[in-house]
Amino acid sequence: MLIRRPPDIKSSEITPAELYFNRRRFLAAMGFAAAGVALPRLGVALPARSGDDEPTSYEAITHYNNFYEFGTGKEDPAANAHTLRPRPWTVEIAGEVARPARYDLDDLLRPMRVEERVYRHRCVEAWSMVIPWMGFPLADLINRVQPTSRARYVEFTTLFDPEQMPGQRRGVLPWPYVEGLRMDEAMHPLTIIATGLYGRPLPNQNGAPLHVVIPWKYGFKGAKSIVRIRFMERQPANTWNVVAPNEYGFYANVNPEVDHPRWSQARERRIGDFFRRPTLMFNGYADQVASLYAGMDLRRNY
Amino acid sequence: MPRLLKRAAKPALFLLCLVPLGKLVFDGLTGRLEAEVIKDITHRTGFWGITLITLTLAVTPLRRVTGWNGVQSYRRMLGLFGFFYITLHFLIYLVLDQFFAWHEIVKDIAKRPYITLGFTGFVLMIPLALTSTASSVKRLGRKWVTLHSLIYVTALAGVVHFVWSQKADILVPTRYGVALMVLLALRLVPRSRLSAWSSFLWRSSAARSRRPLAPSSSSPVPELARPTASSAESSS
Repeated sequence: MLIRRPPDIKSSEITPAELYFNRRRFLAAMGFAAAGVALPRLGVALPARSGDDEPTSYEAITHYNNFYEFGTGKEDPAANAHTLRPRPWTVEIAGEVARPARYDLDDLLRPMRVEERVYRHRCVEAWSMVIPWMGFPLADLINRVQPTSRARYVEFTTLFDPEQMPGQRRGVLPWPYVEGLRMDEAMHPLTIIATGLYGRPLPNQNGAPLHVVIPWKYGFKGAKSIVRIRFMERQPANTWNVVAPNEYGFYANVNPEVDHPRWSQARERRIGDFFRRPTLMFNGYADQVASLYAGMDLRRNY
Repeated sequence: MPRLLKRAAKPALFLLCLVPLGKLVFDGLTGRLEAEVIKDITHRTGFWGITLITLTLAVTPLRRVTGWNGVQSYRRMLGLFGFFYITLHFLIYLVLDQFFAWHEIVKDIAKRPYITLGFTGFVLMIPLALTSTASSVKRLGRKWVTLHSLIYVTALAGVVHFVWSQKADILVPTRYGVALMVLLALRLVPRSRLSAWSSFLWRSSAARSRRPLAPSSSSPVPELARPTASSAESSS
């Protein structure tokens, strides 16, 4: 099945190709010393929003990661994740399901139809990318394992193994990393389990072998290298919320109107762009997901 | 120190202080910066700014503990380079990051404590940089010392700004905080005690090396044991 991306970018917002390429050349040529002098002129020539949702480069997607299990620097995961062994891999399906069990990853994946999904990715740190994921709807997996009627939430747990994940030797975060979704969020057709990107298997630093992707939420909601999926009656804890509850909530929906206490969420920098662009409500997926939160105070449930 | 070495030391330190900037430009031109380029260069310049400020504050304790008076002559350069990197840090935020979005900038400074602190630290350095000339030192005399104790406020604001700017991993900023506390605490140790300690070091090392350490000095007493004449040399 091919899910068409919504026509959320008006053609009027797209920068003419000529201007766009000139900008790149101009930026490359200007160098650092000239920056202060050259920029005011540049500001007139270029619209604040370049408007393109072109996929971010493979290089940037795989070398600019927040994956503290491999170090807290953005380039640490690319350098350190080679120690992770994504095969053989076991996933435990636990909690409120018909048959709790441990599955060999390949058995679990065999019936799934993998497709490409190009999603915007918005980090809570106010940068963003466009990522061509390969994956399948989480709903397909959930339907196969048959949660009981008591299941109202899903919890994802990342591998804990300091041998494979050297970043876990330091207690920067309480390990293992856990995240959770409400059942309707998990069942939403936009929510996928990513197993690859750019048509290739998922690199270790991007959360191999299983990474849950919820494109209308901040990136930290997407647990990586998942070893357990647990269905629960109560709302599960999520790591960043445990660490700093006033900064990171359970919902973590992308919302330009609700700032992080230490920085604004109104604008974001698309990796590769020069100017910040406005952040869109629900990361531009409002038409598809806003109804999930009808009547909820998003300022309180951040 | 041999005269030639002494002469070369300042230019060498000058070049050394430019290495982080050189590396930044090199990495920029060869595509070695992180994918979020502006954040990367913001962090790098901030890091070197706070590093040089910390080193500036290490000069006086180092002189008092070791009795190496010569180190004092490098303090101004370290301080000015600290100011240089923090200025770059601020300009990158102003021009490249926010692109003169004054509304956002004012909101940031007013609303976000870590930016408020960082901005305060930067602003307080401006009068220090302006009065760093020898003539200012002379003209302001005792007042110069008082004015330049503002560097303590800048350093504290800078370190807290560094800690608060982190998401979770505060190992490195904490180290800078501890270093700063040690450097400030050393200033509370009575000078006479440090002097005694340093002359002890001085004498024993002189005995070991069997050569006079202050070759041209007629005084058998190390400089530090005597009260220093210039007010500018005596504090901070």
